[in-house]
Amino acid sequence: MRQLGPLRFEPDPEPPLTRTIVVSALAIVTAFLVAGMIFWAYGVSPLRAYRVILVDTLSDPRAVPEIFVPAIPLLLAGIGLLLAFRAQFYNIGAEGQLLAGTVAATWIALFTSTPGPLMLPLMFITGFAAGALWGLLPSLLKLRLNVNEVITTLMMNYIALYSVSWLVTGPWKGPSVRGFAYTDTFPDAAWLPYLPGTRVHWPTLLLGIALAIFLTFLLNRTRFGFEIRVQGHNPDAARYAGINPLRTTLLVMLLSGGLAGLAGVGEVAGIHHKLLDPNQVSLGYGYVAIIVAWLARGNPLAVIVTAIFFGLIYSSGDVMQVSLQMPARVTDVFNGLILFFLIGSERLLHYRVRWIVPEGRSAPIG
Amino acid sequence: MRTLGGGLLLGTHDLKEMFGQEAPPTVGEPLDMPAEQAPIMSSGAGQTARVPRLSVHNITKTFPGVIANAQVSLDIHGGEVHALLGENGAGKTTLMNILYGIYQPDDGEMFIDGRRVDIRSPRDAIAHGLGMVPQHFLLVRRHTVAENVALGLRDTRFLFPVRRVEQQIREAGERYGLAVDPNASVWQLSISEQQRVEILKALLRGAEILVLDEPTSVLTPQEATQLFAVLKRMKAEGHAVIFITHKLDEVMEAADRVTVLRKGAVIGTQPIAAVDKRTLARMMVGRDVEFHMPGRSDTGSERDALVVQDLWVRDDRGLPAVRGVSFAVRQGEILGVAGVAGNGQRELIEALTGLKAAERGRVALRAGDVTNRSARDIYEAGVAHIPEERMRTGIVPQMAVSENLVLKRFRYPPFSRGALIDLQAVGDFARRMIIEYEIVTPGPHTPARLLSGGNIQKLILARELSAQPGLIIAAHPTYGLDVSATDQIHRLLLHRRNEGAGVVLVSEDLEEILALSDRIAVLFRGEVMGVVAAGAVERETLGLMMAGQRA
Repeated sequence: MRQLGPLRFEPDPEPPLTRTIVVSALAIVTAFLVAGMIFWAYGVSPLRAYRVILVDTLSDPRAVPEIFVPAIPLLLAGIGLLLAFRAQFYNIGAEGQLLAGTVAATWIALFTSTPGPLMLPLMFITGFAAGALWGLLPSLLKLRLNVNEVITTLMMNYIALYSVSWLVTGPWKGPSVRGFAYTDTFPDAAWLPYLPGTRVHWPTLLLGIALAIFLTFLLNRTRFGFEIRVQGHNPDAARYAGINPLRTTLLVMLLSGGLAGLAGVGEVAGIHHKLLDPNQVSLGYGYVAIIVAWLARGNPLAVIVTAIFFGLIYSSGDVMQVSLQMPARVTDVFNGLILFFLIGSERLLHYRVRWIVPEGRSAPIG
Repeated sequence: MRTLGGGLLLGTHDLKEMFGQEAPPTVGEPLDMPAEQAPIMSSGAGQTARVPRLSVHNITKTFPGVIANAQVSLDIHGGEVHALLGENGAGKTTLMNILYGIYQPDDGEMFIDGRRVDIRSPRDAIAHGLGMVPQHFLLVRRHTVAENVALGLRDTRFLFPVRRVEQQIREAGERYGLAVDPNASVWQLSISEQQRVEILKALLRGAEILVLDEPTSVLTPQEATQLFAVLKRMKAEGHAVIFITHKLDEVMEAADRVTVLRKGAVIGTQPIAAVDKRTLARMMVGRDVEFHMPGRSDTGSERDALVVQDLWVRDDRGLPAVRGVSFAVRQGEILGVAGVAGNGQRELIEALTGLKAAERGRVALRAGDVTNRSARDIYEAGVAHIPEERMRTGIVPQMAVSENLVLKRFRYPPFSRGALIDLQAVGDFARRMIIEYEIVTPGPHTPARLLSGGNIQKLILARELSAQPGLIIAAHPTYGLDVSATDQIHRLLLHRRNEGAGVVLVSEDLEEILALSDRIAVLFRGEVMGVVAAGAVERETLGLMMAGQRA
């Protein structure tokens, strides 16, 4: 227990939901305040910037659907990461797993003679498989040799990134695109439909929401979910209970990577309709999904909300670029600040803060 | 006893003089010193023997939802061993943490030698002459004894701080009977020697008031007797010793006065001459406690529930921990496994339950050979395991009581149908177990973390015993539990034995082993020193076996 002026911090290991929400909201507000200083240093009034972010983005009928464009990959990758985190597997590799999904989908779309109606389903299936495969190697290294998964999943991201770069500048470079570093455009059958007048590829969105619901069910109602929860909360008890940690972790990682792979399929089939420079395919979705999953605190359904929130930040970046002439990368600053304060606030969750004015006390000794 | 030149740094309370401004407290109760108590040779300045060395007044400490200490008042005198007795959760540890400055009380005051003190950190506590010997030692294992002691001293020289300390360790060792080689590395020392180092550390820091937290839990009976002799020397030197325990025998053996805590409140303080075990037990639990066990039927089975042959197991560091152990447990028999902690018990249990691979040897159940089979296979072969660390391995603290009750059975019907968990069946089973095993919980959906230690253990027993195991492996099943929970768990184990289950009971509590076992095997450095019939063996014999003598 600590006393800080009139504030007393009392340990409380079980944070109630309201405190979780309040502390998380405070962390986000603090991130906004610090970001405001950056706007100010850039010569933009923070108040004006906030208004642009919140009011302009949300009031423009064309801007609102744009929130969902980044929210879709964040949702899919986010629920995957959340599942891995629940099993205490710190998958930092959603970016690479997402890119693996884009490669597989592109291969199906451009280099196989899949009949039209089967095209999109097959793209999703192979995209899932590719993402799962990309997550498999780090999990095997972890399980067999106890190699830290944070390092391996992160490094696998770079392997994926440069592989995609190589593909689009080399073997897969489209004959019809002249000097540009991307593949040919996908055939029509490989295009996901949009909600009219927007860029929201709704089948992927629906898939994400359905899978969030499915994962909630999986975690709470199935044997496998029970094993994941035991493994995640207490690996010693899992071993004691005869739960095979290899099998649990491996399945979780296959699912986690696969879900990121699905996000990748959505990006190429829904937005770009071709494979291009990896930094344009994914605007860091795999990394931001870590924050999305973290903020959801273990609840797959909450990812729907947190993914949309970060979708808002992404699309406000576009708005700021247009109305305030700020670089779009300002969203990265935002995301970084939010993650920073969220992780910083983690300790606060486990304390109850009370306002107690200390009475006259005897002389403390040193 | 040879007296040395008084080179010891005891009783240097230079800081204390700064706080003499407050009025001495009124001492409420009259002092009742036992007649045999040693004369007080207090080294403090100027106070009379009637001012307690340490006085605690109306200390109250609450945690969210729990009153850990309610208006606790306590006087400790120089030259006495004062036992603080209470069940787990009675508030002993909280009180000591307040004394040592780890917690701040919500209310109440503390006085040392009649002066009010405000202890806000362990550093303050040390400055006031309070020393703590923790239950789990805080020593740097790779360093020598002298280096460990020097680490905590205030006035060490910048260069070569250890040399002067070596001399001090030798002197203090001789003065108090705490012989230990200052140049030995801590990892080479036995547990009881490490405890001596902790005591020396506190003494050389100038501790006048020494708190020992459950000091005997890691000692053989002979080592405990040695420790009590050290306590006697310390009180003869005028120290005040506070001795935290929940073992009645030790209070009777070592203490001059005893204060009993129950549910955070002081039930009473008595000179040892005025109480007996039964009185203390009643004060501790709040009702009469039966000291005899339920009867045991002679099951007389000749069939083995477990046969272990020439078992070799390595510990986590790869060193041989179990070395060629062989024994058998019959159906309807409790085999007690005695031994000081760390002599291979943990590795033996892990090998028997499938949590660790055996290097060599054979483990066979009624159902057949299970050597190096998985934990799940061994569970399915009818082995129940009551693990040593119930919070760390026995339960998933964040998950519900009901989920913890099916932790091993969730994959079988009726709790699972296909891939799905049948929540209805889990809930029904949990409600039945809560009633049958008298688990005190707000409900089946409460996180197991919120249960008390005794109820967590009952939860584990309900889960393990309801599966009708043919063999029960129980590791320290009552460690840290209160008298009533202990009693209930003993009855459950005996009941299963009478029904024909074989039981392996690993415990450091000799009383428990003697009370429950049919036969006793003693482990020392990974080997069985002998298997003896429980009815025919003396405590002393067991103690010698625990120290490495073969039967």
